[in-house]
Amino acid sequence: MSTIARSGFVSRVRTDRSWWLAGGLIALALIYPIIVETLQALPFIGDFVPRTSSMVVMLVFTMMAIGLNVVVGYAGLLDLGYVAFYAAGAYMAGWLASLQFADVTFHFGSTVSNDKPGIHVSMWLILALAGVFTMIVGILIGLPTLRLRGDYLAIVTLGFGEIVPQFVRNADQEGIGFDLTHGTFGIAPIDSLGVGAFIFREQRNKDDLYYWTAIALLLFTVFCCIRLRDSRLGRAWIAIREDETAAAAMGVPLMRTKTWSYAIGAFFGGVAGAFYSSFKAGAFPADFYFNISIFLLCMVILGGMGSIWGVLAGGMILGYLNIEGLATIGSKVQDAGLHFDPTKYQFGIYGFIIVVMMLFRPTGLIPERRHKIELVEGVHDTPFYDVQTEGTLTDRDMSDD
Amino acid sequence: MAAAPDNLLVADKVRKEFGGLVATDDIDFTIPHGSIVALIGPNGAGKTTFFNQITGVYVPTSGSIVFDETQVVGKPPHAIVELGVGRTFQNIRLFAQMTAIENVLVGMHCRLKGGIISSVVRTPRVRREERGARERARELLTYCGLPRRHEEYAGTLPYGDQRRLEVARALATSPKLLLLDEPTAGMNTQETAAFTAFVRQVRDEKALTVLLIEHDMKVVMGVSERITVLEYGAVIAEGTPNEIQANERVIEAYLGRGTAA
Repeated sequence: MSTIARSGFVSRVRTDRSWWLAGGLIALALIYPIIVETLQALPFIGDFVPRTSSMVVMLVFTMMAIGLNVVVGYAGLLDLGYVAFYAAGAYMAGWLASLQFADVTFHFGSTVSNDKPGIHVSMWLILALAGVFTMIVGILIGLPTLRLRGDYLAIVTLGFGEIVPQFVRNADQEGIGFDLTHGTFGIAPIDSLGVGAFIFREQRNKDDLYYWTAIALLLFTVFCCIRLRDSRLGRAWIAIREDETAAAAMGVPLMRTKTWSYAIGAFFGGVAGAFYSSFKAGAFPADFYFNISIFLLCMVILGGMGSIWGVLAGGMILGYLNIEGLATIGSKVQDAGLHFDPTKYQFGIYGFIIVVMMLFRPTGLIPERRHKIELVEGVHDTPFYDVQTEGTLTDRDMSDD
Repeated sequence: MAAAPDNLLVADKVRKEFGGLVATDDIDFTIPHGSIVALIGPNGAGKTTFFNQITGVYVPTSGSIVFDETQVVGKPPHAIVELGVGRTFQNIRLFAQMTAIENVLVGMHCRLKGGIISSVVRTPRVRREERGARERARELLTYCGLPRRHEEYAGTLPYGDQRRLEVARALATSPKLLLLDEPTAGMNTQETAAFTAFVRQVRDEKALTVLLIEHDMKVVMGVSERITVLEYGAVIAEGTPNEIQANERVIEAYLGRGTAA
């Protein structure tokens, strides 16, 4: 990228264009439920157009991928246990908007009729509460683990990602003497979103209503993440990703800054979890396996670590393949007379995609501006170490003199 | 050694052991307010280790370091920066994938206040603060000899500019004490002379105190008012440039026994 392209006029044109693009995409996304049937009626490609309900799931996963991107992409902390936050959000909704605690009857702004037992808090409020609750979980997990660096951090987060689903599977009457999560059955039904007597789930176009809500939540997530990226905190995250020691020596408090990235990533995971559990009308432990964490990480890597637009694209593409795409492709393949079912090999296929990406486009589909520089101009070709100190490579070593 | 009020930094018996190796051996050291002090010594003498103990990267095995009447031993690096210690690195450690101006803005981190929610909402206060910080960052870059290329990635800048950017970034932390770890390494004679003048200018204009590690004797003798010499982690001499030049132990340490005459 040349100097001219980055400065002044040219970059402003580019910014304008990207805003037009964003506006167009948002408009298209908003009318999607209206035009989806027309699209599906198109010859050949019509079969590949996802249903609105599938779109909701894709959006939820994309939202989580963008949350994970704050941790992995911005702050450079490899988190392999993000599913824990997803679960925390979903169970928060389960506790506050279902029959789970039938002994208590507590209603607050809920769409459910007042005589129903259990805790029923307004689902909208729960979205926010789940975010905050998950944020606290994130801080609690983060405080002991974020002292670790690199691979060690990844391994410990992996552990937490395993502990949480095991815990929810076992935290019932037999397991802990108190039915917290209803064990392997999960918590169902969880209340629907709604306004007053207008309950989404009872509407004929319930998928459309959830879809628009998901779009709103995703836009909120994207907005927050862009604003944070360009803030004082965002700069500190990227500085930590670039060189932790130098960041600390410039006055960035490492623990606090890392913990915030974890907490903010967790927040969006929690909101997404609560929303999804309302959409599915339940929180089931089988939804919170370890492979979800990896799947989300694949979205981030495929799209481009640190790049919001990239992760949006990566999330939607992998989300689509997961929920409909592979099955559709599979049926096409079988129609053609081949006995091959790609859904059986889905993680093999995602793994293959990641390997191909790493070989040919390691910075992702839509790379973060910064990474693109590294790839095009080869930042690390210039010597960072002191050429005069007998040419010894002292790049990462502080103890030399 | 009692903390005299006219000393900005007082190190008392600072000791660091790495296993059996004694990297700094009970170093006593003071930096008077407003002075330029140099720390010299052969490779492996413990100069950078001592630096790293002042800045909190290493915690001394024993001893105390009092900066501006505050004990800094045991404080994390960012807290010491907040007290007013800014540093550069021997081997340049810029944030390569951040622009020059962003590097300087990271240096201002602890002097800015923008919080999470106010940053998302972008309150007028945060806007004002960010605008002011950017303006100051540009001034600092220009002051340090980087009038252009503020929006370029630090990693793509030429070597000399990277050195200048490191100083700008350190100054952005609003330090009282500026630590320079071999700042002229890799510079030619002309650049070195310019830098020497610059160090003195910064000290006078920004009312700073400077501690530098340096191998180039021309720089050391030209710029510093006091010199401390380390060898094998211990202080072997301390004094003005003239005293150090005449000190036999120093000559021995640098050139070997027998050549002193």
